[in-house]
Amino acid sequence: MWNSIPPLLKGTVVTLELTFLLLVVGLAVGIPLALGQVYGGRGLVLLSSIYEQIFRSIPALVLLFLFFFGSSFIGLNISAFLSAVLALGFRSSAYQSQIFRGAIQSIPQGQMTAARSLGMGKFQAIRHIILPQALRLSLPPWSNEYSSVVKDTSLAYAVGVIELVREGRYIIVRTFEPMIIYITIAVIYFILTYAGNKSLGYLEEKLKVPGFETKGRKE
Amino acid sequence: MSVNQAVTLKVENIHKTYSREEVLKGISFEVKKGETKVIIGPSGTGKSTLLRCVNRLTVPDAGRIWLDGTEITHPRTDINKVRQSIGMVFQDFNLFSHLSALDNVRIGLIKVKKMEKGEATEEAMRQLARVGLEDKAAAYPAELSGGQQQRVSIARALAMGPKLMLFDEPTSALDPELIGEVLEAMRDLAESGMTMVVVSHEMGFARSVCNEIVFIENGVIVEQGPPYLLFEDPQHQRTKQFLCKITELYGKSERK
Repeated sequence: MWNSIPPLLKGTVVTLELTFLLLVVGLAVGIPLALGQVYGGRGLVLLSSIYEQIFRSIPALVLLFLFFFGSSFIGLNISAFLSAVLALGFRSSAYQSQIFRGAIQSIPQGQMTAARSLGMGKFQAIRHIILPQALRLSLPPWSNEYSSVVKDTSLAYAVGVIELVREGRYIIVRTFEPMIIYITIAVIYFILTYAGNKSLGYLEEKLKVPGFETKGRKE
Repeated sequence: MSVNQAVTLKVENIHKTYSREEVLKGISFEVKKGETKVIIGPSGTGKSTLLRCVNRLTVPDAGRIWLDGTEITHPRTDINKVRQSIGMVFQDFNLFSHLSALDNVRIGLIKVKKMEKGEATEEAMRQLARVGLEDKAAAYPAELSGGQQQRVSIARALAMGPKLMLFDEPTSALDPELIGEVLEAMRDLAESGMTMVVVSHEMGFARSVCNEIVFIENGVIVEQGPPYLLFEDPQHQRTKQFLCKITELYGKSERK
């Protein structure tokens, strides 16, 4: 049992790396995508809705295979790890874009009007007025997306990334003790999810502005 | 009130059509430096649209507008630059809800005018003091009353050092007992020589402060003139009717 801890921790590190990169890809693509959907011209709106629809409609596992086998098919030699980051990251960006789009659209029009009337350009207004408000509102649903992403990383198992579940499989093949290993893995996922949600809740508390809180609003 | 002859704002033959309805059917007027003009008229007659055309938040279909000789409506005019010299105050205040009163007032100075932070803070505090709210600098909009929010929004506009202030029904969203403090801030401003265009039905304010009342209905100016003339001797029957109704509703004298 104790011998299995170091490889499982190694797997956990890979799982954390995957989680971090998926969220980063998701943010880096998701926020511009959301902005494109809200403020873009017709072409940009169409393009971003097609992207978002495609990545939300294909099962994660199929996406993973498409990226993994597809990349070598078109002659790109990328690792299993990278194809997992891209496939699952783009998928998360589609979901995240909807979180941000909803938040941006819930900001009253007058905020943009007031910013523009001060002489701010559109990008300045988005950056200094709209996004700081929208991102605050996005935190609770984003924390939900975090929980999904942590667990989605286990799918990378299927293309051979040696993350937490695969490390577990290796141990089980040697020891024939599936229950104890899977329970340990389950506990590790639970801790990752719980700790992440707690930290995001803490962040939400830190960034709270009177009249703008999403938690504990009593009316 | 000293009014010299320099024209600050010139509006010429403005037209605007929304879908099929023509809201503005050729409006022209001038505001001289230091003048306060009050625009009145039934709702839906394009008063707010007209005001928004002045800083091009709404782009007119036809017509031209000049601020201090610069044509605002010219497509090559840098509108962000022009808007820095036109302060706007909204019916719903539109304070940035994630920023404190101080940050609301200084954000334009820091991000638009690229002023150094310490300097911007000093200027913002001066403007907050001007509307009597320096002790509320740290408060967020949600912690302020409607009247206080509107005064912060006046300070926010003033901080940019505008040549012209536009007020779009600044007291319409306020409880009656909060209107006085906002009107007082506006009166102080007018008396300090600011050039102002005010859409409002506060007749007390119009009578005691403004140089000229402009009555707009169905997208055209029906009548304009100094308040005493419009009140005592209106040329049009419709002006008389409207002023009667509005005086009945809002009262003749200044609310305190």
